[in-house]
Amino acid sequence: MGFWNAITNFITQTIPWFDGILASIIIILIKAFALIIPLMLMVAYFTYAERKVIGYMQLRLGPNRVGPKGWLQPIADAVKLMFKEIIFPTKADVYLYLLAPVLAIAPAIAVWAVIPLDADLYIANLDVSLLYILAVGSIGVYGIILAGWASNSKYPLLGALRSASLLVSYEIVIGFALVTVVMIAGSVNLNAIVEAQKGSILHWYWIPLFPMMIIFFISALVETNRAPFDVVEGESEIVGGTHVEYSGMTFAVFFLAEYANMILMAILAVIMFFGGWHSPFEGVPYIGEFFSWVPGLVWVLAKATFFMFAYLWVRATFPRFRYDQIMRLSWKVFLPFTIAWIFVVALMTQLKIGPWF
Amino acid sequence: MLENYLPIVVFIFLGLAFGAGPVLIGYLLGPSKPDPEKNSQFECGFPAFDDSRMYFNVRYYLVAILFILFDLEVAFVFPWAVVQSQLGWFGFIGMTIFLSLLVVGFIFEWKKGALEWE
Repeated sequence: MGFWNAITNFITQTIPWFDGILASIIIILIKAFALIIPLMLMVAYFTYAERKVIGYMQLRLGPNRVGPKGWLQPIADAVKLMFKEIIFPTKADVYLYLLAPVLAIAPAIAVWAVIPLDADLYIANLDVSLLYILAVGSIGVYGIILAGWASNSKYPLLGALRSASLLVSYEIVIGFALVTVVMIAGSVNLNAIVEAQKGSILHWYWIPLFPMMIIFFISALVETNRAPFDVVEGESEIVGGTHVEYSGMTFAVFFLAEYANMILMAILAVIMFFGGWHSPFEGVPYIGEFFSWVPGLVWVLAKATFFMFAYLWVRATFPRFRYDQIMRLSWKVFLPFTIAWIFVVALMTQLKIGPWF
Repeated sequence: MLENYLPIVVFIFLGLAFGAGPVLIGYLLGPSKPDPEKNSQFECGFPAFDDSRMYFNVRYYLVAILFILFDLEVAFVFPWAVVQSQLGWFGFIGMTIFLSLLVVGFIFEWKKGALEWE
């Protein structure tokens, strides 16, 4: 806890009467803002990166007017959305209509409390952090269902129905895929899972659990409503799904939640399958020591950036799936396969032939 | 141990604040010029000719029911998964029986056509 302890010590030493539960809440708040503000900036520049990367992939330039090379574009967008009117549709249920974006973003931020970004860089170290992520993460679906229901309009309702059944279907798949990781690591604590992957790039779980890693990545695309599984928004079918009646900041909050979830899923993939904060050169003679000064945070972010880029790459490459095909993929392909893989992992552990011993 | 959960409480309230705050800012900064046309629900430019809370396909309901079954299954598998390497063959056979029962149910619903979307 080097960095955090330094902050805590600094505060307690400069202000001697600073003590008790209030003090710990204030310290947590400082840490939380130190995490959430960079996260929000990351979300803002991820939207910029998305437009730029997809632009270049389609031989366009992407945003390039606001600021040098368009760097100020996300700021301009945020300011613009702030000054836009928030429309309250006459038929909408106003309280639920306003509750929906809050319920969408609250879990997307709350899960960051347990994400370890380095060996000692986390805010809470729960014994059950993975279960906490799964439990809180699934609350996000309420935001979308409520948005669809409270708007009292046809397209949002259709989008909400699609989204609810998609999200719950793939939640099971993600659950089973992560069970195999837990089986090997023997813990539901994220820090322990990363520690269990210590050694070298060959000890990371992406090799023994390669099929699960692929399934997790595809399910993460569905869970975050990304192309090619974005039937929830489906511009060409249901114009914008649950967001149709939302405008201004209410829409921006949904947008923030979606992108925060994408970053979360990328970092979760890194923690579960790509050795978290461990350096890829670990265990390699000479090169491993040469890179040993690089902080773990850099490795986590570098690996997560790769996954985030992969999201954009996939979006620019594949056409949208049909709804029944996505449902079939989840129930008839991924679910039987993950259950079978649990047996395989269990059997390999019992026979002691796993590559992870 | 309990102090580990204090950040969780703080983060849940922060999450709610990060949702409510921007909406409030937008409400205060943005204009408010309501208009019956603007505030009517969107339907590609037509006036709505039907109640928007319409009938929907029963399959969505089926998926919800199946989700409850399988999500409970996942919840049961997690505690076993943590200790499965220490449980040995006893745990393996126990879990095999449990999962086989669910797989039988899964095959049944597949054959019944509950997973078809035509």
